[in-house]
Amino acid sequence: MGEYVFKLPDVGEGTAEAEIVAWHVAVGDRIEEDQPLVDVMTDKATVEMTTPVGGIVIAVHGELGDMAAVGSPLAVIAVDGEAHAQPAPRVAQAAPKAAPVEQVKAASPVRTAPSPPVARVRTEKPLAAPSVRRRAQELGVGLQFVPGSGPAGRISNDDLDAFVASGAGARPDGPLGLVRRESVEEIKVIGLRRKIAEKMQEAKRRIPHFAYVEEVDVTEVEALRVHLNASRREDRPRLTFLPFLIAALVRALPQYPQINALYDDDAGIVRRHGAVHVGIATQTTGGLIVPVLRHAEARDLWDCAAEIARLATATREGKARADELRGSTITVTSLGPLGGVATTPVINHPEVAIVGPNKIVERPVVIGGQIVVRKMMNLSSSFDHRVVDGYDAASFIQAVKALLEHPATLFLEGL
Amino acid sequence: MSEPLTAKVLVIGGGPGGYVAAIRAGQLGLDTVLVEAGRVGGTCLIRGCIPSKALIHAASRFEDMVRTAAGAGELGIALGAAPSLDLAATVAWKAGVVDKLNAGVAGLLKRAKVRVVEGWARFSDAKSCTVETPAGPVAIRAEHVILANGSLPVEIPSLPFGGPVISSTEALELDQLPTRLVVVGAGYIGLELGAAFRKLGSQVTIVEAQEKILPLFDTQLTDPVARWLHKAGVAVHLGAKARTLATGDDGWVLTAENNAGEALKLAADKVLVTVGRRPNTEGWGLETMAVDKAGPFVAIDDQCRTSMKDVWAIGDLTGEPMLEHRAAAQGEMVAEIIAGERRRFDPVAIAAVCFTEPEIVVAGLSPDEAKAAGKDPISGVFPFSANGRARSMGAADDDGFVRVVARRDDHRLLGVQAVGAHVSELSGAFALALEMGARLEDIAGTIHVHPTLSEAFHEAALKALGHAIHI
Repeated sequence: MGEYVFKLPDVGEGTAEAEIVAWHVAVGDRIEEDQPLVDVMTDKATVEMTTPVGGIVIAVHGELGDMAAVGSPLAVIAVDGEAHAQPAPRVAQAAPKAAPVEQVKAASPVRTAPSPPVARVRTEKPLAAPSVRRRAQELGVGLQFVPGSGPAGRISNDDLDAFVASGAGARPDGPLGLVRRESVEEIKVIGLRRKIAEKMQEAKRRIPHFAYVEEVDVTEVEALRVHLNASRREDRPRLTFLPFLIAALVRALPQYPQINALYDDDAGIVRRHGAVHVGIATQTTGGLIVPVLRHAEARDLWDCAAEIARLATATREGKARADELRGSTITVTSLGPLGGVATTPVINHPEVAIVGPNKIVERPVVIGGQIVVRKMMNLSSSFDHRVVDGYDAASFIQAVKALLEHPATLFLEGL
Repeated sequence: MSEPLTAKVLVIGGGPGGYVAAIRAGQLGLDTVLVEAGRVGGTCLIRGCIPSKALIHAASRFEDMVRTAAGAGELGIALGAAPSLDLAATVAWKAGVVDKLNAGVAGLLKRAKVRVVEGWARFSDAKSCTVETPAGPVAIRAEHVILANGSLPVEIPSLPFGGPVISSTEALELDQLPTRLVVVGAGYIGLELGAAFRKLGSQVTIVEAQEKILPLFDTQLTDPVARWLHKAGVAVHLGAKARTLATGDDGWVLTAENNAGEALKLAADKVLVTVGRRPNTEGWGLETMAVDKAGPFVAIDDQCRTSMKDVWAIGDLTGEPMLEHRAAAQGEMVAEIIAGERRRFDPVAIAAVCFTEPEIVVAGLSPDEAKAAGKDPISGVFPFSANGRARSMGAADDDGFVRVVARRDDHRLLGVQAVGAHVSELSGAFALALEMGARLEDIAGTIHVHPTLSEAFHEAALKALGHAIHI
């Protein structure tokens, strides 16, 4: 029997390391060939690693949230038969852990397993001395949930302490069911969450944001959208507002090349892109992900709508390819019905602009001395003030506004 | 009427529930007013537990001396003449006992800075009442109201209180011993007082509608009491309902009807009616307070909250068991909750004691109750006849015993009961064991002092474990 060392392969994105986000095995588990071993995350893609061999897992290296270097051993598997005999690096030789103290804390549960609690009938009162019951009341803890370590399952003061320390839930117990909650849940910021955090921090740290909000009368573009949806061909997707907004951006951007750009601030270079690759901020169960609608300038409304729908679905299902998750030159962020009145969106670094439509509402508007009901929408935006002047940013948004308010101009050539 | 009196906490009733709540509230720094029409101490202290125990004590001493004088004493003590009884003097001594305790409670209330308002409170809404004090009406408004109005003796419609028909209250105030006393109701109050009057020399007859005495206790526990009553010459008519009272040739005649439909004619000088107590829910404006009831009682939750916000109810007003120590525990808890502490009323057991002859203690579940609750119990019984201390007190021949009930699977104690002389003093040990979640092994592993009655508790636990030493 030999040992097979599973090393983190090059995940093909030119990255030198990946974050461990999920272990599918534990030491002692038997796994079969091609069974999932570990999930690692690079950039914005999570990759599930499967084992090329079957056997018994005899070691795993790295806690959740640890960064593993490409080529570093992740797991050691005792292989059935002799097939993959090769020397395995000893556990002790693995790269020293970065923060041993924190890992010790994470690895050792607060409470050692109590002796198996005596089965307790649900209706039966928990067995505990009056002093323990009183403390439990003060803590708002239902003793029926507390494992008792004493004879006959008796709950000691220490059992109660351990239960509270474990962060287990309090039971409403105060006046009108209101209770003070003292529990603090510790959530390790790992994986996508950590990526998002780093990205946001980086954007806000580097970029002096300039926010601009303008009101847009979308009555006509909405009427057009409704009409197109009502009369669309069976094979065409439903149009949302987003393709229209993207169409307006695509139309306006050639006059404002400084806005469809990436700013490499370390190198001091702005790269103005001809292509309009629109990042579409998408909420997934794991958090915010931004898939990219490539070459929006070469797509019509239907194409745009279909691609946005496909990207959103793929992203939410975790099936988006890595190359679909990067390369945007400008980003659109829409909260849909949650759009609110205004937002101050955070720029997707190293881009220099982000545009966020707010919710569409019918509002009384004065037109020609008459109060009329119009569908109004605010358009919020942020710009990197280092490379986009406020004047240009405002002019750009005004151009977008003009295009949306006169939707025919979206489709006119030679404007 | 002057400005209304305002308070954080208003306690209605100065019984053991109310005065304890008031003292605790005062200790916790809450501005507290207590309203009591009579004397602080309530039913328990003024006309219940304490005076009846005083009378029972005097009766037992008297009976001892009577037996000794009659040559029945086994201790080598002789009395030259039979003792005589001045019941008025006995009642006066009892009153002294009550006075001392009453003064003690009043002092404690004062020390806790509780303002006591004397009179009957009448509510006009949940937080406002008017008290008719000797100095005129006083209006009181409070943020929190604790209702501790207590209970009253139940009256039999055909035998209204008055004249020869008396309740326990009047029975404790008699200045002349009734020659013939008929007790209607063989609950603990009737049996305690009936036995006391028998010891003092009355001829006592007991009429009970149910088929056994002390209907709430199991037969194993009540048998020794039944035997004592029989030996003492107390006539007990079970399954008999008291009907009417009429004047006879010589005093009064109570007519009762037994299960066979036969009429029993019982001659009586006094008829003591002790057929239970009912909550005092009428005549003081409870209906204006929007408080829900549960049957005849005020409905409460496990914090003694009523359905009206910040109106609390404790003690006999809120249901069974109508016991001083339950009311006091509730009162203390409510004061603490009002002061912001988080508490619930969740005793494992509220022990109860009958000062009958012999005494009975029950704490937790009897074997039958345990079975009815779906548990698989084991029990162990140890008789006082095998207990040295009981023997040395002449208390070994009244068929007393201690009985423990525990779960078969993990041996945790479900209940402890005892019958025998002086066993009331064991009630604390029983309740403590239950509250602490003791197992039979815990009792067996506690060295109990020799020679005391408590050894019987230890031995009963050993018996349940299958290895008693002294039987």
